[in-house]
Amino acid sequence: MPRESPSQTAGPYVHIGLTPNYAEVTGVYDRDLGDQMVTEDTQGQRIRITGTVYDGANDPVRDALIEVWQPGANGRFAGDPKADPHFTGFGRCAADLETGAFSFETIMPGATKGSAPFITVWIVARGINLGLHTRIYFAHQPQNVRDPVLSQLDEDRRASIIAIPTDEGYHFDVHLQGPGETVFFDV
Amino acid sequence: MTAPLKPRVPGWHPPALAPDYKSSRLRSPQQKPLQLAAGPAELAGPVFGHDLIGETDNNLIVNYTGQMAIGPRLIVHGRLRDEDGRPVAGALIEAWQANAGGRYRHRNEGYLAPLDPNFGGCGRTITDADGNYRFLTIQPGAYPWPNGPNSWRPAHIHFSLFGHSFGQRLITQMYFEGDPLIPLCPIVQAIPSQAAIETLIARLDMDSNTPMDSIAYRFDMTLRGRDQTHFETRPEGL
Repeated sequence: MPRESPSQTAGPYVHIGLTPNYAEVTGVYDRDLGDQMVTEDTQGQRIRITGTVYDGANDPVRDALIEVWQPGANGRFAGDPKADPHFTGFGRCAADLETGAFSFETIMPGATKGSAPFITVWIVARGINLGLHTRIYFAHQPQNVRDPVLSQLDEDRRASIIAIPTDEGYHFDVHLQGPGETVFFDV
Repeated sequence: MTAPLKPRVPGWHPPALAPDYKSSRLRSPQQKPLQLAAGPAELAGPVFGHDLIGETDNNLIVNYTGQMAIGPRLIVHGRLRDEDGRPVAGALIEAWQANAGGRYRHRNEGYLAPLDPNFGGCGRTITDADGNYRFLTIQPGAYPWPNGPNSWRPAHIHFSLFGHSFGQRLITQMYFEGDPLIPLCPIVQAIPSQAAIETLIARLDMDSNTPMDSIAYRFDMTLRGRDQTHFETRPEGL
């Protein structure tokens, strides 16, 4: 049987392929995939998630590309017959090439069975050899206490994957390396 | 349907830290990744329909301006399978690459080779019912990069793959059979296994050429399979 194709870095020019309009390669696709997660018909509480990916020298990773994947407000993922037909659950954002900041306009995910609400995050960039999986959990959610993933972690590590409330939603920074390193998952 | 994904095998993918690839030094997590029992978030995945794909999205020769890009004309095709050998149908494949001179259309790109006014460098397609895909493009050039004083990337095409599960998400690069830069590249050589490297090298496929038009390379790709042993139910006595 074949084995999985080995991963290679997305490299510094990932934007050409995955967010070409943002990279000023215009006219090929109408719009960048995953640039709009929510329409007026989407059910759920609107939130804006902001953040920055930092490297081991605490410098912003300005060439990072971040994808998110989440269920709708009812906890169902796209593809499930009971999922919100007006929500794909998929978002993609290139970090700002000047500042490294990213943001997603989305909805608060519903909880899936046995878990606190969370959003799956996948990060690629130059220097990342295999895309990194992490999760955004949300501060002050009552289910956090019993979540099977969060409860495995000591307090510092747990804090690395819990987004902090802001006026518009939540803030979630990612630290690739060093003190405060984000928890990444082998899924 | 709820079988977990096959675990990734250590020593097959490049490790997070590959010191000869300098950019990995500050961007590699130092803690061991936390093992996660796959749930719906990992086993479900975004759904992309064929209606996403425009008529020339998979034709990088013409999809930027409608005029032809400069460079040797290529067909790059193959099949997307999973580790169980099954074709992955309906999978979104996105591709990007440098132009024939080795120059990317990107504001952070500093190589002196010129842009081609008719080459954007991106394309996408969705696999058919048998997992097959096909791109038309031009041969990308090799180019220098600031890893060491004299580092050159072998010619390559980047591929981004979605399977049916978000846990199958993968980005990789395709290289060309016979390229002498492959053994010299620290990004390629970050892959510990030569057998794994070989699977990223596309083979010349003369039978699939379009005569007097384009030369073909075949490049099959594989996504993670499901760990069937985990939930297999056998009738008693077997």
